[in-house]
Amino acid sequence: MGDEAPTSVAETDVDFPGIQRSERFQELRKRHRSFVFPVLALALLWYFAYVLLAGYAPEFMATPVFGLVNVGLLIGLGQVATTFIVTMWYVWYANRRLDPIAEEIRDGATAGGAR
Amino acid sequence: MAPTALLDTAASPGEPILNIAIFGAFVLVTMIIVFRASRNNKTAADYYAAGRSFSGPQNGTAIAGDYLSAASFLGICGAIALTGYDGFLYSIGFLVAWLVALLLVAELLRNTGRFTMADVLSFRLKQRPVRIAAATTTLVVCFFYLLAQMAGAGGLVSLLLGIPDKVGQGVVIAIVGALMIIYVLVGGMKGTTWVQIIKAALLIAGAGIMTVWVLALNGFNLSTLLEHAVQTAGTSDILNPGMKYGVSDVARLDFLSLGLALVLGTAALPHVLMRFYTVPTAKEARRSVVWAIWLIGIFYVFTLVLGYGAAALIGPETIAAAPGGANSAAPLLAFALGGPVLLGLISAIAFATILAVVAGLTITAAASFAHDIYASVMKKGKAEPGSEVRVARRTVVVIGIVAIAGGILANGQNVAFLVALAFAVAAAANLPTIVYSLFWKRFNTRGALWSMYTGLISSIVLIVFSPVVSGGPTAMIPTADFDLWPLSNPGIVSIPLAFLVGWLATLTQRAPEDPGKQSEMEVRSLTGIGAEGATQH
Repeated sequence: MGDEAPTSVAETDVDFPGIQRSERFQELRKRHRSFVFPVLALALLWYFAYVLLAGYAPEFMATPVFGLVNVGLLIGLGQVATTFIVTMWYVWYANRRLDPIAEEIRDGATAGGAR
Repeated sequence: MAPTALLDTAASPGEPILNIAIFGAFVLVTMIIVFRASRNNKTAADYYAAGRSFSGPQNGTAIAGDYLSAASFLGICGAIALTGYDGFLYSIGFLVAWLVALLLVAELLRNTGRFTMADVLSFRLKQRPVRIAAATTTLVVCFFYLLAQMAGAGGLVSLLLGIPDKVGQGVVIAIVGALMIIYVLVGGMKGTTWVQIIKAALLIAGAGIMTVWVLALNGFNLSTLLEHAVQTAGTSDILNPGMKYGVSDVARLDFLSLGLALVLGTAALPHVLMRFYTVPTAKEARRSVVWAIWLIGIFYVFTLVLGYGAAALIGPETIAAAPGGANSAAPLLAFALGGPVLLGLISAIAFATILAVVAGLTITAAASFAHDIYASVMKKGKAEPGSEVRVARRTVVVIGIVAIAGGILANGQNVAFLVALAFAVAAAANLPTIVYSLFWKRFNTRGALWSMYTGLISSIVLIVFSPVVSGGPTAMIPTADFDLWPLSNPGIVSIPLAFLVGWLATLTQRAPEDPGKQSEMEVRSLTGIGAEGATQH
């Protein structure tokens, strides 16, 4: 491990196409994509809604809610809150739904003669 | 305490000697740590990736240290103090962007690459051309980001040390650059990471103390703080969107462009991506992003209070007129709150911030040159043991000198804004290829090359012909006049264009790429098979 070319351990011994075709891997791939794509799309949609509102509906954003705190400020802080929520949600999902199956595939591959 | 009175003398508020002493103490402490950390720097994995030995929380703090640059601290505080709500957009964009990094990039990248972004991008494509392209975009993005940091150093110096002339500021920029070179030469990634961890802790603690202080002065009531800000500023516009970007249709479009660049840029910043290699597993990479998101999110809420606090206690006009301009809002606020001692502390932290971020950028650029260009392309992966790290060290010196020269030229520009340009270039040049190569089976070499070069060139051309470079009193070259393109941020054109061109070019390549490599990349990225673990010493 050190200065050699950018290749890594074990790769020649592992049957990557075989694993890729396996049902477990396809399940992992599906679980990963069916979470990250829609959740990220929603988060970005919500963010761009905020940017567009700030750019093109400043009067709405200037509506006072309590004291001098206005809608714009609350939506901005809301973005911070949703970022935290999505982060925790993903960690929860990955720990339960992605990690076990990834570990299972990894153990299966390394037990099969690699390393 | 009236900061205005002090500023009238055109000298710095506070005591330059105290400021230098506090900063010197920081340099001393971090140097000792860097020297201690460097004892185990033997292999390339040690030098570039700190032996992959950092834990998630440590790396997360270092990511926050890398990310919360002078742009975040000085730039955003200044932008909020001067243009109110529009400054807040930077914070939101910089933060939400981390979801892209967390959900799409961090873990998959950790599982597939070794040292640089190019490792991942060239994994299943033709090594040479893709590596050269990825290394080029890495170097360009790092250069823009470095410019921003060095410009911030110049502004800070003019404020703190009372050095109004550009020559004197240039000397200080050179000293900052020289210090940074020593950190990176000696400490490698491990030393750099420790500097970032210490700096992140100091920065967040410092901003936290100031935030509580500002809130305490306003009875812990956000509305009262805003009321004071409105009173001092003399207009309630600073609470509403549109002060900077609502003046015309072009400005509104610029705002959208900025928003796009901010949110898509983070996950494509080479120095952020490289940090994911310093942890042993993908799970630790995930933990580090989570830590980073919490720290960064909390910090940006602080900057909101600090920005309005500066507007309330000092006032936008005084800030704009101070040496250092908008970038001086946070230091001036520190002075208004806690006098010369707090000013010295906060300024030392801001200096440390610049130093740490510059170090992180430099090691990324040096790794990219030595690993991608020298070892993989020039030596075709057969570089002699040790020579790659030697080349990396030499590159550090070259980059340091370039950064110093660029910093002297960019002295005086708003740093948050310069960083936004780096984000736009990163998002356009890197993100399409990162996303396609991780998620699109058919993606191929032609798609990667076209996408990267289109993103890079279109961004740079649009910047060159934008109002940032020429055609106005605040431009880099105020005397020239070739601002043919109205938007100051190129993101809204260059990012979709790079995605589109990458897609089209992929479809036109007949010869498919090696399907075995695609299988290997997909399996490795999701499962972590074959990923390099921590180095044992």
